[in-house]
Amino acid sequence: MNVAAGWRVARLVGVHDETATARTLVLDVPGWPGHLGGQHVDLQLTAEDGYQAQRSYSLAAPAKGDRIELTVQRVPDGEVSPYLTEVLTIGDPIEVRGPVGGWFVWRPADPAPVLLLAGGAGIVPLMAMVRARRAEASRTPFRLIYSLRTPGDLYYGEELRRPGPGDAGADATLLYTRTAPPGSPRPSRRLSTEDVERYGWPPDFEPTCYVCGPTGFVEAAADMLTKLGHDPRRVRTERFGPSGG
Amino acid sequence: MGIVSPGFRGRPRSKGVELPPGQYLVEDFPVLSAGPTPRVPLDRWEFSVTTESGETHRWSWAELLALPSERMTVDLHCVTRWSKLRTPWQGVSLDTLLAGVETAADFVMADSYGGYTTNLPLQDLRNGQAWIAYRYDGKDLSAEHGGPARLLVPHLYLWKSAKWVRGLRLLTQDEPGFWESAGYHDYGDPWREQRYQGD
Amino acid sequence: MDDRHQDRHQDRHQDRHQDGNALAGPLAEIFSVDVTAALGRCAACGLNGPLASLRVYGQAPGPLVGRCPGCEAVVLRLVRGPEDAWLDLSGTRCLRVPLGG
Repeated sequence: MNVAAGWRVARLVGVHDETATARTLVLDVPGWPGHLGGQHVDLQLTAEDGYQAQRSYSLAAPAKGDRIELTVQRVPDGEVSPYLTEVLTIGDPIEVRGPVGGWFVWRPADPAPVLLLAGGAGIVPLMAMVRARRAEASRTPFRLIYSLRTPGDLYYGEELRRPGPGDAGADATLLYTRTAPPGSPRPSRRLSTEDVERYGWPPDFEPTCYVCGPTGFVEAAADMLTKLGHDPRRVRTERFGPSGG
Repeated sequence: MGIVSPGFRGRPRSKGVELPPGQYLVEDFPVLSAGPTPRVPLDRWEFSVTTESGETHRWSWAELLALPSERMTVDLHCVTRWSKLRTPWQGVSLDTLLAGVETAADFVMADSYGGYTTNLPLQDLRNGQAWIAYRYDGKDLSAEHGGPARLLVPHLYLWKSAKWVRGLRLLTQDEPGFWESAGYHDYGDPWREQRYQGD
Repeated sequence: MDDRHQDRHQDRHQDRHQDGNALAGPLAEIFSVDVTAALGRCAACGLNGPLASLRVYGQAPGPLVGRCPGCEAVVLRLVRGPEDAWLDLSGTRCLRVPLGG
């Protein structure tokens, strides 16, 4: 049996709110083997009468020993995300399977430049890649384009607005689709091909492109990359499907 | 069985009702799909029954609606463990549709728009046990729940009640359908908990 | 691409599906390597791509259906019972599995 295949009992050891509706959970998972940026875990919840629900969540940061972080967006009327963001309490157990996923991952040994396109909560696995780059002291050129509705929807705001010395060579651009902060040079609108051209890498650089967000965003952004001349084989996508929350 | 998650209840469920083994009661009507929802225009919709000799009986949408219909209130049991009780439907009994069909077949393959298939014994469609249902809870059946019309065979697990049904093929030999060829039980009686092959 | 085009994209995908990345956990129970990075060829249309790019219908533990992102044909079916899993790859012509690392 694959080591990642079994369920482990983790404990919640920390929480912090990213936005009014999104919370980062810090879990302690005994014997955690480490993971790559972009990988995810499956969580399993069991009710007292035996009812079970499973959901996948992206890992938001490199592991610190046995500690992993997930950022969960609360889906109204969801079944699992309201529990994870409002009920689960420090010290509570939760079953975790992973790390899993070997396609939508960034490997620090890969020399290709990296272009990250995030739509809303799709920032989570891409932030994990940015943080992995920092943790590995990698010099790989990174560019992140993060498309979000309003300033109130920004995840990891402090970190993205104030890059540290380890983030030299990793640029982040925040683009707002509904309400831009005062003084923004760009009016709020959906991500456009011009945005991707301006804030991304030219296709000649042959970057590996990672696109994550809701299905509509992912399809549109992947089309823009292709239109600009990026080889579709270097575009990796992950859709944040409607998972029933 | 996993460890209990303190305070996790999942979707609202009732207690104290007799359900088939391993089932939970739900109040909502979950949607499970194996693919994109087919959108079938009513002017092109057709239901057919094809016998083992190749004879085909066809009904247009207007012809189906012109047949005598029944209203029935039935319990639904999904193999993914939810059960929903006393669901109100309207549709045409398979007894009505099969009345003029000459056949010696023992088995049926139900075919759906979108490509789904499921197999049943023919006798499970007779004697007031199955319908082609086109109204749910007083309204036209929505596409996500199998509209314009779905097969409704409530005494078997719900995967046998093919959504978006387009026809029945009568067979002398049983053949596995979409899920029956991938691990699910050939018959699927919820009260005997026939979920998977070998149950 | 203008907004209208993007809206049409979203309309087309009102159906609930995840992508093949969601198969990683369920398939890890069966394979010792990650198969979502494996390249599969759709038996219906010949499209070649990683299992991670499939459209996945259903909710883990299943049943799960993986469909080709090009033609929507079924390329993978996974049923998980209490003691067995059934994996049907009859819609996949060939699976190229990377084994290096």
